[in-house]
Amino acid sequence: MSVGERDPHTGHMTTGHEWGGIKELNTPVPKPVIWFLIGTFIFSLIYWVLMPAWPLGVTYTRGLLGLDQRDEVMVRVAEGQAARADWVKAIEEGSFDSIQDDEVLMDVVRGTGSSLFGDNCAVCHGLNGQGGPGFPSLAAGSWLWGGEPEDVWETIRVGINSDHPETRMSEMLAFGRDQILDRSTILDVVAYLQSLPGSDDPQTPLDPEAVARGEETFAMQCTACHGENGQGDPAMGAPDLTDDVWIYGGDRDSLYWSIYRGRKGHMPHWEERLSPVERKILTLYVLEIAKGRD
Amino acid sequence: MVAQLTRNERHIGLALAVFVSLLGLAMAAGGKQDLFGIHGLIVFAFGVGSAFLLISGFHLPEPSDERLTRYYDDPIKVGLILSMIWAVFGMFMGVWVAAQLAWPALNFDMAWTSFGRIRPVHTTGVIFGFGGNALIATSFHVMQRTSRARMPDQLSPWFVLIGYNLFCVLSVTGFPIGITQSKEYAEAEWYADLWLVVVWVTYLVLYLRTLARRQEPHIYVSNWYFLAFILVVAMLHIVNGLALPISLASAKSYTIYSGVQDAMVQWWYGHNTVAFFLTAGFLGMMYYYLPTRAGRPIYSYRLSIISFWGITFFYVWVGSHHLHYTALPHWVQTLGMTFSVMLLVPSWASAANALLTLNGAWHKVRTDATLRFMMVAAVFYGLSTFEGSFTAIRAVNSLSHYTDWTVAHVHAGALGWVALITFGSIYAAVPRLWKTGQMYSPRLVEVHFWLAVAGIFVYVFAMWNSGIIQGLMWRTYNENNALAYSFIESLVAMHPYYIARTFGGLLFLCGAVVGFYNLWKTIQLAPREQEVLRDQPAAVLARSSAVQPGE
Ligand code: HEC
Ligand code: HEC
Ligand code: HEM
Repeated sequence: MSVGERDPHTGHMTTGHEWGGIKELNTPVPKPVIWFLIGTFIFSLIYWVLMPAWPLGVTYTRGLLGLDQRDEVMVRVAEGQAARADWVKAIEEGSFDSIQDDEVLMDVVRGTGSSLFGDNCAVCHGLNGQGGPGFPSLAAGSWLWGGEPEDVWETIRVGINSDHPETRMSEMLAFGRDQILDRSTILDVVAYLQSLPGSDDPQTPLDPEAVARGEETFAMQCTACHGENGQGDPAMGAPDLTDDVWIYGGDRDSLYWSIYRGRKGHMPHWEERLSPVERKILTLYVLEIAKGRD
Repeated sequence: MVAQLTRNERHIGLALAVFVSLLGLAMAAGGKQDLFGIHGLIVFAFGVGSAFLLISGFHLPEPSDERLTRYYDDPIKVGLILSMIWAVFGMFMGVWVAAQLAWPALNFDMAWTSFGRIRPVHTTGVIFGFGGNALIATSFHVMQRTSRARMPDQLSPWFVLIGYNLFCVLSVTGFPIGITQSKEYAEAEWYADLWLVVVWVTYLVLYLRTLARRQEPHIYVSNWYFLAFILVVAMLHIVNGLALPISLASAKSYTIYSGVQDAMVQWWYGHNTVAFFLTAGFLGMMYYYLPTRAGRPIYSYRLSIISFWGITFFYVWVGSHHLHYTALPHWVQTLGMTFSVMLLVPSWASAANALLTLNGAWHKVRTDATLRFMMVAAVFYGLSTFEGSFTAIRAVNSLSHYTDWTVAHVHAGALGWVALITFGSIYAAVPRLWKTGQMYSPRLVEVHFWLAVAGIFVYVFAMWNSGIIQGLMWRTYNENNALAYSFIESLVAMHPYYIARTFGGLLFLCGAVVGFYNLWKTIQLAPREQEVLRDQPAAVLARSSAVQPGE
């Protein structure tokens, strides 16, 4: 048999083997390792006795504490619901007006609404409801479908151009592509829109004749939906074109393409995905965002 | 390379290459309506490339029997170079993926480069490309040296190496175009999986044949670990990979498992990949390169034994700790958790065995960056196994799970342990393999070391912070007992950490690039083969014939 030698540094013997220059000391396993192993084993043993642990054919050891994760989670969910029961009931039963008058409930709306809004709406409308290209700002107070709580509630419930049977429907016609108006007429209308107060980059100088021609076309083609003065029509979901709030942009290019190709935004419906209380909170929260702008 | 194959091996090799080319051609033809066809072309290119290589050297004279008195190192050299190429590639992908999380526009609006597709390219590139090639190459080195036996033939190591890289290439080219099984660390589709089985079995047989020819009475620890790695990975890969392709001419397959069984099999695979691929194999590396570099005996043979069996026995139970609080039955979670806690003991015992081996060599750690790589790796091994056992406790896991904390843990393990021990081992092996005495620039090794360590610290601290903040935000209730934060708010809070992590990753990548440059320069220093031979005194030749002759 191979014979060990003493390592001068540690004083331990080697095992006597050598592999390409490597030797091994025969140091005994340090005591702490053994104690540590026993410790973790005892911990496990206690845990197994207390908790569901070992399989026994078709069943398993249930553990002395009789705990089960499914029961635990049910209990926690019930506790959470009980803790929220008061205000949930108040919101469920209250009218929009009465809730808006109740500062305590409105605190709930603001606190809870912000995470509901963040999780469900912010992807499109932005974290603060500020909107983005193609997605309207909810903070601007310039409503497509009206700014009463009942209007907003309905929009959230059925969506816009969604697959809900009662969905709100609206569409901006593709005047250019469908050859209702030719290019120069559209450019005239664009000039007219830019002469209105809310335009993003009023072209200077706008050709007054073009503006006049545009105004004429607008009166014929557009007022049916956008209203006599272009201030929008909540019955059609048509936006106000005289303010500085734009969904798709108020610069010359965007306006041209809005009229040329038409527009049709999609807002999902939430009736099946959010509970009535959640939708009520969101309705009030959206109105709060809009109020917050002043 | 071909010059060293015997005539017989050249014939078999050529037959294999032709067979693979035909296979590729059949795949390309059968799957031309499918992405499968693209992979057929890649297989075909691999086959034809190998065939050309073989034909180009087909009529060279056969190697002399004198070769049998030496170790067979060429595949090792190629494996190490491949490993470093994959390192740079995989870590670049990692930095890119990290940057996308900070600045999503960096996917350049293409489906190919979207986060979900290039993330697996990163994980596969580093784990299988970098780690796998390093494991194969060093295992060839270690098994020959510690057995004092040459590999039994010249062809199978090449088959293992090239075949394995074909698997890696099929993986990383498939994910961006949408070929995936969607199983983490097992994304490759059925045909790549089958190919890997063939390669892996060859690997196992090669390892066993070499060990059987050993001139040592005992099998050294490193070999236990390498064998455990090869054997268990084969088992995991086969069981988790069982799937039915929708047709033999399609890349798509469906796993045979469903529901919670699927999840359990996947994480049994997933965690044991961590255990046997990312831990056992690299422990094999550590047990060889650390003591040889330090010039010290292993601290305790007995400790090696109990940690080896502890690790192999406990690890196979713990996969369920990835599925706490899910549909998985509670009792399975209990077992996963308790075994994870016990697993800490052999893990720490291994780390301690490595660090105590350095007793008497600490002055070398101070001056030799190569040894320091390995020392710090052992420290990170201890750290990340503690963290693993800690986060496997259900109550802790309820905070850490699904957060960046897991990512911090993974990377303390993957960068701190796996990558550092690999770099250390490569720096130790390269001068020996190429007979240059030392690396081209020891200073650059030092630079690499500090870039790597700085990168890990930035990375891991950023992700710890971000993970814990995330976890806490998700479970914070407001005074009305409703959730206080939306998911998107937690994402906004992560942004600075994602930037920091990208920076840390970039440092680490720079280190790898420096390492690659150093390797390249060292190879250029290497004396030509003939010179080495001519240079050997008769005495050396006589002594080296102690090596078990080949064939
Ligand atoms: C998939 C994107 C998307 C999501 C998610 C979304 N919306 Fe909308 N929403 C829109 C679009 C687009 C419009 C405008 C439709 C149009 O242009 O006609 C809109 C319109 C609205 C309007 C009408 C605005 C007005 O001026 O009358 C309200 C109110 C609204 N959304 C609230 C919400 C709320 C609350 C949520 C979350 C529960 C939500 N939205 C989620 C896309 C979205
Ligand atoms: C059939 C009703 C209808 C008619 C007619 C109509 N619009 Fe519209 N328009 C809409 C609706 C609805 C929207 C909102 C579309 C959306 O948000 O998806 C809209 C949007 C627009 C927008 C984009 C507003 C923004 O915020 O970006 C412009 C500009 C516009 N219309 C101009 C016109 C002009 C000019 C005409 C006449 C040539 C016209 N519309 C005729 C219904 C109409
Ligand atoms: C004692 C040893 C270890 C234990 C008990 C352990 C435990 C864990 C746990 C609990 C998770 C988190 C699961 C989740 O919540 O998603 C995890 C994830 C992970 N660990 Fe470890 N770990 C250990 C060592 C290591 C080492 C050394 C490495 C790397 C070399 C590593 C790599 C990983 C990887 C890649 C994941 C990610 C899995 C995912 O994507 O979720 N682990 N480990």
